[in-house]
Amino acid sequence: MSVTETSKIEELANKEYKYGFVTDIETESLPKGLNDEIIGKLSAIKKEPPFMLEWRLKAYRHWLTMEEPHWSNVKYSPINYQDLSYYSAPKKKPQLNSLDEVDPELVRTFEKLGISLEEQKRLSGVAVDAVFDSVSVATTFKEKLSELGIIFCSMSEAIQNHSDLVQKYLGSVVPYTDNFFASLNSAVFSDGSFVYIPKGVRCPMELSTYFRINAANTGQFERTLIIADEGAYVSYLEGCTAPMRDENQLHAAVVELVALENAEIKYSTIQNWYAGDKEGKGGIFNFVTKRGACRGKNSKISWTQVETGSAITWKYPSCILLGDNSIGEFYSVALTNHYQQADTGTKMIHLGKNTRSTIISKGISAGFSNNSYRGLVKIVKKAENARNFSQCDSLLLGDKCGAHTFPYLEINNPSAQIEHEATTSKIGEDQIFYLNSRGIATEDAINLIVNGYCKEVFKELPMEFAVEATKLLSVSLEGSVG
Amino acid sequence: MLLEIKNLHVNVEGKEILKGINLKVNTGEVHAIMGPNGSGKSTLAQVLAGREEYEVTKGEVFYMGKNLLDLPPEDRAREGIFLAFQYPVEIPGVSNTNLLKTALNEIRKYRGEHELDAMEFLSLLKSKMKLVELDQKLISRSVNEGFSGGEKKKNEIFQMAVLDPKLALLDETDSGLDIDALRIVASGVNKLKSKDNAVVVVTHYQRLLNYIVPDFVHVLYKGKIVLSGDKNLALELEEKGYDWIKAPSDTVEVVS
Repeated sequence: MSVTETSKIEELANKEYKYGFVTDIETESLPKGLNDEIIGKLSAIKKEPPFMLEWRLKAYRHWLTMEEPHWSNVKYSPINYQDLSYYSAPKKKPQLNSLDEVDPELVRTFEKLGISLEEQKRLSGVAVDAVFDSVSVATTFKEKLSELGIIFCSMSEAIQNHSDLVQKYLGSVVPYTDNFFASLNSAVFSDGSFVYIPKGVRCPMELSTYFRINAANTGQFERTLIIADEGAYVSYLEGCTAPMRDENQLHAAVVELVALENAEIKYSTIQNWYAGDKEGKGGIFNFVTKRGACRGKNSKISWTQVETGSAITWKYPSCILLGDNSIGEFYSVALTNHYQQADTGTKMIHLGKNTRSTIISKGISAGFSNNSYRGLVKIVKKAENARNFSQCDSLLLGDKCGAHTFPYLEINNPSAQIEHEATTSKIGEDQIFYLNSRGIATEDAINLIVNGYCKEVFKELPMEFAVEATKLLSVSLEGSVG
Repeated sequence: MLLEIKNLHVNVEGKEILKGINLKVNTGEVHAIMGPNGSGKSTLAQVLAGREEYEVTKGEVFYMGKNLLDLPPEDRAREGIFLAFQYPVEIPGVSNTNLLKTALNEIRKYRGEHELDAMEFLSLLKSKMKLVELDQKLISRSVNEGFSGGEKKKNEIFQMAVLDPKLALLDETDSGLDIDALRIVASGVNKLKSKDNAVVVVTHYQRLLNYIVPDFVHVLYKGKIVLSGDKNLALELEEKGYDWIKAPSDTVEVVS
């Protein structure tokens, strides 16, 4: 890029994070630190049955034996896990029947983010389970869903009211021994979403949760469990933004998906947590474990993610393709700007016969950021006729950022067919000038080019999410390029 | 007067390419800029469209009374300047339709006109497609991606038709075209030509000028316009080649 363009990048980099504000709701928090007592209190606050406390404590004790992993291509200062508060909830814990009862301050917060619940409810027919900090404060469309036998509630409620399902499936895809952050999450998760779609039911609407981290110094440990019983279908949307903060906030969520025979789960994420300022100060550490198990024959799990936020993103939404003919998909756009770091990708583990997987990854790096794709395709000996197609593209904006690709292939069956394509490109001055000469200003030109580049992934998103993703990319690029 | 270039000097990567260009273009006129390779023809077209890497070291350019060199490239487009590229750029994932709708509405917004909605835009597209006999499939495909050379050039003229410029700069639009495509492209330009706009055709060969008949022909050599005339000058160049204009100019340069 030319000197003029680089200086434009710097000039535009001065714009502020659009969603950076703090909501003034009083929060109730546990004291900092982590021990048996804190976990006991947390479990008690949430009125959990004994099996839950037991499971949390087992996870905690296992976690104590583990070391924080450092194999990813990201750098950060050590986290003091005793200096975090593991629970925070809005003080007024409302029992709500309608949106009118939601704290008006909270509603205003959502409105600022352009995701007003009323609008969601009215316009899109989306049932919204809004997680504000750690406790669900508004749930909609519950009745309509319950007519079909669909359970869509907070994890806390599920633990109390559907403990048989929780006991059966929680930790069955991501065991509490899985990895350092998953173990920590298992010990201290405060809330999250729970979905169960019964046999043969096609969920008639997109299920959606908006997460938001609010209280300073509070680690957010969300736990989500989605089960699609035989022949069921569900599309789940997860969208996140967070207010501006100076301290780094740790987020270590776990998402588990279970698809039984002929079931399909589509999980879409837009992640826009505070990324830190333009000097790389502050921002969320997003260390997430997301995994889906295609347990039954002909089942399908599809992950689509648009990752634009967080100081550090470290996640690999994965599929375990156990059932014969099962299908795993991963579509990803990861954008990093300023000093953001992302190490993200997927794992496709082929265990069953005729299993298929598709990986489409689009990395965009700007500013001084670093963006890595890391993906594993594993085909075990008994997985006859497995197929994988992987395409990993990187786009560089400016000359101070980095893009890296780490593909891992473990193929143990000769009948496997694996295709891998990778490209790295820069937005050309030629492209920008071409659009300029058509009356389009540079910033809009870059948005257009980047959105074109992401098209293959965006078309996998549900309509309303795709529109949001396009907007989000523009907002994220505002601070990056000229 | 639509365009007036006064003593324009331009550096590209530190090297002086244009060494004092003077040119006046009125509405209703067609000008052809000819010259051998490396004479600075494309540089002139690109600098008028606002390419930033090309540094203007001396001189002035007025467009409809405004100092053109003060305007960023997008504003020049919004003021009615259009450059048909010699090498049209591919933009993967961005459809032709999307590009044109964005461009047209940016231009309309700048002029204080209402932005076209999808229906209005579509009917405009359809009427303009006929002008250049553009295959309907091409308008929903990604901009220039996988287009043949001829399709790319037709697409440039199609964009010109949609954006309806006051001053069209055609940079070697004839290069890489077979005779049929050339005829289609030229007839598109001729249909768009009016008493209210002007066309500047940059070309190496005379053959395009059989179809787009110029009112004035200028010969650019070593960064200067060394000869101007009417359409017969182009025919003369075709017959004699560029060698005969080179000698006197070289001499002048030696003297200076």
